[in-house]
This record gives sequence, C-alpha cells and structure tokens, in this order.
Amino acid sequence: MTTAKPEAPAAAKPAEVPKAPASAVAEKPAASPATGDKPTPAVAQPAPPTAPTTVQAAAKPAPAKPEGPKPEPWDSELSARLRRQYGTGIKEASTYLGQKYLVVDKSIVYEVLLRMRDDELFDYCVDITAVHYPKREEQFDIVYVLYSFHHNERVRVKTQIKDGESLRTVVDIWETANWLEREVYDMFGISFDGHPGLKRILLPDGWKGYPLRKDYPILQQDQEWVQINLGIESGQ
Amino acid sequence: MSDTTDRTAYLDLDTKDETFLDATELVLNMGPQHPSTHGVLRVILKLDGEKVLGTECVIGYLHRGVEKIGENRTYAMFNPYVDRMDYVAAVSNGLGYCETVEKLLNVEAPPRAQYIRVILTELCRIASHQVWLGTHALDIGAITPLFYCFRDREEILRIFEKYCGARLTTHAFRIGGCLYETYDGFEQDCLKFCDFFLPKLDEYEALLTTNRIWVERTKGVGILDPEDCVALGVTGPVLRASGVKWDLRKAQPYESYENFDFEIPTGLNGDTYDRYLVRIEEMRQAVRIIHQAVEGLPSGPIMAKVPKVIKPAVGEVYHSIEAPKGELGYFIVSDGSTQPYRVRVRPPSFVNLQALDKMVRGMLVADVVAVIGTLDIVLGEVDR
Repeated sequence: MTTAKPEAPAAAKPAEVPKAPASAVAEKPAASPATGDKPTPAVAQPAPPTAPTTVQAAAKPAPAKPEGPKPEPWDSELSARLRRQYGTGIKEASTYLGQKYLVVDKSIVYEVLLRMRDDELFDYCVDITAVHYPKREEQFDIVYVLYSFHHNERVRVKTQIKDGESLRTVVDIWETANWLEREVYDMFGISFDGHPGLKRILLPDGWKGYPLRKDYPILQQDQEWVQINLGIESGQ
Repeated sequence: MSDTTDRTAYLDLDTKDETFLDATELVLNMGPQHPSTHGVLRVILKLDGEKVLGTECVIGYLHRGVEKIGENRTYAMFNPYVDRMDYVAAVSNGLGYCETVEKLLNVEAPPRAQYIRVILTELCRIASHQVWLGTHALDIGAITPLFYCFRDREEILRIFEKYCGARLTTHAFRIGGCLYETYDGFEQDCLKFCDFFLPKLDEYEALLTTNRIWVERTKGVGILDPEDCVALGVTGPVLRASGVKWDLRKAQPYESYENFDFEIPTGLNGDTYDRYLVRIEEMRQAVRIIHQAVEGLPSGPIMAKVPKVIKPAVGEVYHSIEAPKGELGYFIVSDGSTQPYRVRVRPPSFVNLQALDKMVRGMLVADVVAVIGTLDIVLGEVDR
C-alpha cells in the first residue's frame, strides 16, 4: 500500500528519503518520467520479472486509496475563548480522528496551560512528551496531554521550540510534571526553566547524548560511560 | 556499585524538617537489590531514627529504550515489545498498543475480537492483582497469600497458554483484532475459572481483611487525598481508593466495555488498607465482566480489514486504556511510513511511583515497604 503523502517531506525520516522516489515511480511508472534521477532503469527493473502483477499493483491501489483523515478545525467555546484572549498566539485548534489539540506559541504556553487548569478545569496532566523533527527550524514539538475530570475530555496542547531553547516548567501547575519533564530532558535534552531538580532520570548521570533525538542512531551508546562504569569495551 | 559518595552529593531532600532530639540524620540506601522493591528500584531514604524525612527514587536500571526501539521497527514488529514493559500484565499492554494503532488507522476490531480481548484483559487484571496481593502481603510478613495467589494465577496462565501459546509475554492481540480463534472449550475454561476463583478470593480475604496484624500495618499508612492524587497524576486503584470514582472503562469506554455491567469500587480514606479493598473488589468485578463477556460472546470474524503492510496516514493519536495499574497511554506519531515516527508510552507505574515521597514522609521505615507494595509498580514499566 503506497500512500500519497503531500505533507510527508516535513515529517519524513532521513531513512525514508531514498525510498520516496521509488514508491512514486511504482505508483505511476509511465506517467512521470522526470521524477527520479534515473527513471528508465527504475521502471525497467520491476517491469520484466512480473509484468502483469505490476500492472495490477499499479491499478489496484489507485481507486482503493482515499485520502487519509485530515485535521479539521475545532470550533468550540473553549477554543473561541482562548482565541479571543490570545489572538494569534493560538496557532491552530483542530481535531484529528476526533482528538482535539491546540498548537500554541511557545511564549504563551505556560499561561495557556495555567488557564486550562484554573478556568477550563483541565485538572489532570496526563503526559508531557516531545517529538523531534530535525529538518524543521523549530525542531521540537512539546506535547502536553491534558484531561478534565469535569468535562471527561482530553485535549493536547502542543508548542514548538528550537534546539537549545527552553520552556518554563509546569511543575507549579501540576506536580506530576516533575518526572515527566525530567524524562523529556533526559531523552531530548530540552531544559525547563525553574524545574526543582532537572537531571537525568532513566539514563545514568554523565551519559552523553539524548537518545530519542533522530540524530542518535539506535546502536549508538555512550562508550566512554560503558567503559568507565561497566569495565567492558562495549555494551553491544 | 561504588558510586554512593557522589550519589549523595546531589541529594535534594528537604533539609528543613525538624529532627527528633537533634540526632544525626541517617541516609539509608534501599535497593536496587532489595526484595521488597519489586525489581530494581533504588530509594534513598533520609531518616531521623525510624522516621522518614524524605525519599528520593533512583530509577532506570531496567531501561531498555522501548520508545527508541519502536521508532526502528514496523508497527507490527513493535507489538511484542510492549509485552515486556509491564510483564505481569502483558495482555493489557498489547491491548493498549493495538487499539492506538487501530485508532490511527481508523479501523475497529470486530465485535467477537473485542469480546475476546475483554475476556483476556480482565483475566490479566486478575492475574496482575494476584501478583500484587501475593508480593504485597509477603512484604508485610504474611507468607501464605503468596502461595495461594500464585497457585490460583496458574489457572489463568493455563488459559493464556492454551489460547496463544505463551504464559507471560503473551502477544495475544494483533493490530485489527485477534490472530487466534478461541480454542475448543475456551468458554467453559473461563466460566470454570470464574466459579473456581470467587471462593478463593474469599479465602484471601479470610486471611487478611480482618487480620489484626494486616490491619495495623495498612490502616492509615501512606494516605493520599484526592487532590494530591489529581495533582500527581496518580491513576488506577490508587486514585479510586482515595474516593475518586474514575475508571477509563466507564469514563471513555473502549473495546466494548459499555456493554458490560460492573461497578467501580472506591475507597474512603486513601490509605493502604483501602487500596487493598479496592483491588480485591476489582477482581470480583473482573469476574463479573468475564461472565458477561463469555455468555454474550458473538460469532463472526476476529480480524478487521487491515492492510498487510501497515502504513497509517500522517498524523498523531493519543489513546489510553485502564490497565491494572492505572492509565496506560500510547502517543503515536505517524509520518506515513511503515514505522512509527514516535511512540510514547505513558506508563501508570512511572507516574504513580512519583507519589511515593508524599506518601511516606513522616511515616516509619517499615511503612516504606508497605507503600511501595501498595503502589503496585512494575519496574519494567517504570523504566521501559
């Protein structure tokens, strides 16, 4: 199944990049001679061994592939209230597959979260995490998953920051943020200003690098730490 | 490990607490190799005599980088890995993951698969609570419940083994439904277990509920009030024992939980004893659910229409289920490829463990053991 992905380049993995032209060729082999670097061999390779199946494969997915679900604008009293107060600071209020989320400018994220708890009664901070997009200028998405016991509703608040930038901690809003922010710091190297004890939580102190960044390959590890602390050449 | 000296250097324990008789405070290291930490948890205790002034948890000894592994495997390949997080409730972990990917794909498991999932997940809840009860009671000094619980848990594991071939890390479900049809006699086995188990549960209670030592060791120990629970993000039986009637199976029903009639047990005082009662009652309710699910088990397909190569559209989804330990959430970001761009696991044990400090401050050292037990943490899930 090959999905048409118009927005993919922003979110594409580095490893996926070489694959992309190949799948584009497979979708419409004859129509786009100018897509790949070397279109003729790419078409010629799959064609000779199984000529009928490629025709089928090219014919089948095309109709059976409706567009994936798209984010839809989220119109509600809550988003309207926030928009009225913060204006363009609320960059986006959408739902995706029925799940609501807000994209908020990093300068007001603390205020918005405080407001979400105090006025909108989102009293339970479910999770804080991050996603790394190395190709974007604002490399990190910080995601706050909030839940309201009163409304039985879940909303994600997202903000985007550059590498090296920090956010204000929300430990004073929700105590649970303490360990969750430490984990984000541990795995992504994002610091939170005003955090009562921002240090590594899952990895040992003195570990080098932040494993959940995309430029940290899965086999990489801190050899120096392993050699000093475990007394072995390599943990692999 | 010979790093005790530098470890104490960054202890950020609260120094303002008044000490008793000006005695010198003692820093005691508990774990990581300690039988009542249920794995490899290290707790640094600051003591004044027997009174706990503060604690600090050192975790990560079991960190395997599950989230990183997820980014480097396809959706289907990552499925067995989640069983290894909370390894006493592997079925629940798998259910949460499969459901989240299904949500991302915008498909739903067929009714029969949903019922099978409910039956196995509730069996798994009982098994998980049995491990909790056995070890928790053992920590406090009652050795018999451990043998009773493990003896009876064997019946559940036998059903798992007959169903999918594995006892502990089951990998029972697949994205889109179930891979295996129920075996011949599955329904009878489940019903037989229900009838067999209820008297056993009374037996556990006969050993503990009115046992004077048990009551003295658990009543008023490790109290959490509802406000603290919400602020700390504590979920599951710990939250319910503090009087908050909240269970994801009722609040945001997933699978087919809206079809079943069951109660959410709650406590009043939020102490260790109430948490014990809540979990015992949860086992009873799980039996009720299994009964209803077996009796109403619909026929039909067990697998939804899911492409062979799973490639969700670009987007992100957060979905959570009520695992035996609390809210188990998965946040998955898809970039349209065959591998998840990011998998985040929101583990209940990790978040609940954070409440330990608040619960044991001002209590005695012996209560720390009781409180770690009552939190029902699994370090495989805390560290992932």
